[in-house]
Amino acid sequence: MKKALGAVAVAAAAALALSACSSGSGQASTTGDAKGEVSYWLWDANQLPAYQQCADDFHKANPNVTVKITQTGWNDYWTNLTNGFVAGNGPDVFTDHLSKYGDFVKNNQLLALDDAVKGDNIDLNQYNKGLADLWVGKDSKRYGLPKDWDTISLFYNKEMIAKAGLSADQMGSLAWNPQNGGSFEKAIAHLTVDKKGKRGDEPGFDKNNVAVYGLGLNGSGSASGQTEWSWLTSTTGWTHTDKNPWGSHYNYDDQKFQDTIAWFHGLIDKGYTPKLETTVGASMADTFAAGKAAINANGSWMIGQYFGYKGIDVGLAPTPTGPNGKRSSMYNGLADSINAATKNPAEATKWVEYLASPACQDVVASKAVVFPAISEAADKAAAAFKAKGVDVSSFTQQVKDGTTFLFPITENAAKVDGIMKPAMDAVYSGKSPASSLSDANSQVNSLFQ
Amino acid sequence: MTTTSVGAPKPTRHTADSEGPRRSVRRRSLGDLRVALIFVAPALLGFVLFYLVPTIRGIYLSFTDYSILGNPIWVGVKNYVKIFQDKLFWNAMGVTLEYVLLNIAFQTVIAVGLALLMYHVAKSTLIRGILLMPYLVANVIVALLWFWMLDYQIGIVNQVLQWMGMPRVAFFGNEFWAIPTVAFVNVWRHMGYTALLIFAGLQAIPGHLYEVANLDGASRWQTFWKITMPLLRPVLLLVMVVTITGSFQIFDTVAVTTQGGPINASRVIQYYIYERAFSQQDFGYGSALSVILFVILAVVAFLQMKFLRGNENDLD
Repeated sequence: MKKALGAVAVAAAAALALSACSSGSGQASTTGDAKGEVSYWLWDANQLPAYQQCADDFHKANPNVTVKITQTGWNDYWTNLTNGFVAGNGPDVFTDHLSKYGDFVKNNQLLALDDAVKGDNIDLNQYNKGLADLWVGKDSKRYGLPKDWDTISLFYNKEMIAKAGLSADQMGSLAWNPQNGGSFEKAIAHLTVDKKGKRGDEPGFDKNNVAVYGLGLNGSGSASGQTEWSWLTSTTGWTHTDKNPWGSHYNYDDQKFQDTIAWFHGLIDKGYTPKLETTVGASMADTFAAGKAAINANGSWMIGQYFGYKGIDVGLAPTPTGPNGKRSSMYNGLADSINAATKNPAEATKWVEYLASPACQDVVASKAVVFPAISEAADKAAAAFKAKGVDVSSFTQQVKDGTTFLFPITENAAKVDGIMKPAMDAVYSGKSPASSLSDANSQVNSLFQ
Repeated sequence: MTTTSVGAPKPTRHTADSEGPRRSVRRRSLGDLRVALIFVAPALLGFVLFYLVPTIRGIYLSFTDYSILGNPIWVGVKNYVKIFQDKLFWNAMGVTLEYVLLNIAFQTVIAVGLALLMYHVAKSTLIRGILLMPYLVANVIVALLWFWMLDYQIGIVNQVLQWMGMPRVAFFGNEFWAIPTVAFVNVWRHMGYTALLIFAGLQAIPGHLYEVANLDGASRWQTFWKITMPLLRPVLLLVMVVTITGSFQIFDTVAVTTQGGPINASRVIQYYIYERAFSQQDFGYGSALSVILFVILAVVAFLQMKFLRGNENDLD
């Protein structure tokens, strides 16, 4: 407790010392001689080797510039970054997230990249469609160059599927609707097995003593529901916000959304999905590995983890089709941004351009950890995954078919999450009906007035 | 700064009235002051830099709208008005109070029991040392350790419960159990330390009182309630003031386990402050919450000292 107070005190003292340090949002460019050190931050430890390789190659090509990479876990990353901005010791370049950069732009913390893109002739069409547009702020300036993207798929336990008499083809052609769940719910019910060996769709199934759940639960999804429910809600024609990016009105009061969440809660009630309270602690992926669930919906950034578990044969299927007859997946892209307070803007810009170039993204592709933003590099990544024995077409298919939708970008993202997390938890745990989300929605929308 | 420098020369001024020529005494007192200041300086510097300045700045910020990245904007008492209408604030106060009551009740009872055992039975230094072990482990480590042991799916405690034919319990995930579980973890960590403080208090009770009670034919139970407990009062009070103020500020255990959930069941006031300030960049609102907590704790400590006569000793 003392320590936490001390941290607050230090932060406050730092804030006191540097109370007026926000500089105007300038433009980045590579003009001037590039030499010195560029600090670069990222959060995903799995990607560190790939980017270290990029940094080494970059140094070989530009012997005067050294890139120093720091990796910290997601939870500390954003606090450290904010503190770094305030204290003036933040990184020159950092991996940026769509849910965060709106607030950084608002506070003039990022360097705009438009002049650099124009001056160095960067082809924005080399990236997968839509990715480059995500990083244009409300002020029509560009604040990031795309580095990778992710989509959602169903990871399943091959042995359990086979035992249940389901084929890979059947798993790949599931259909869902919010009324009775369609063939998707039928598969989930059939894959659920209680302690006596009775399946979820058999008479005498004991929902209070379930050994294997048909579908794992990753939590209640908070505001975005990226891996939790967004791949279903979006097939009903529902969207998070009035427009994207930079919407100013959320739609959690929509009947289509609430029906979907109510259906999800029904799965928990029927014993096909674990109760929300049991998911605090061990991650969904770890419980999947422990054989406690047959299907998990999760993102492409988790491929390495799922296929890395020993003694479990994992298969991949695309998310089910919905009422609109199509599948759908959230399409989230990361980018690299430059700290407006950087002392080495020329070197930082050069490094960002290198990260966004085929040279670096091919290296990332070869390590088979994520899908790079450049279309050709993404194909190379798919091939690298294949060489490792993983067929990732369920992730790439949605991009090729154009069935993706973009991560909802708005201001006040952290506050929206602060309201929606408890509200969604209450519905998932059965404490409140799905209609209670209308109340949460008006709280959320009052943030934008 | 003023409190200490004014306080230091007082005794010397007192001696000046009673003995010796004024001049030399004054010179001596000035010399004492200088030396005293040098001795006090490091602590004073730390106090001013890490407590006084942040506190004053925190009070100032509580009247502003401040996102840490921009400049604070003065908004008057707006944050305070909002707080009194904020359901989450009242919820946080309720949750914190529940935690404090559970934590203090169990910790004090168990610690007194342990202290008596240390005094009468477990006289080996090794055992007394082991009792203190949990307190020597960092809070976050203790919290993580129990978080995994009490995990619903893969925790050893639930495994044992199942072997004994009992249903699994979602200790951190269930609305009802979240706060009692957090309280349990902290009682486990702190009870050895609290017991040690009380044990020291027990040793200060003169042995002849027990001998007399014994001669008078008092039972063990009577001796405990009529002699031990009354004479332990100053120590118990000190322990209570420290633990109550401390447990109002429960944060780390919640931060590494439930993070305020499920729903709002464990969103204690310190965690709510952290969320508003550091997650949602609302430092003005967070500061106002902190000021309110500061006032509450000051009042609680004052009342305890006043009504339980903490600075008096029944032995005198």
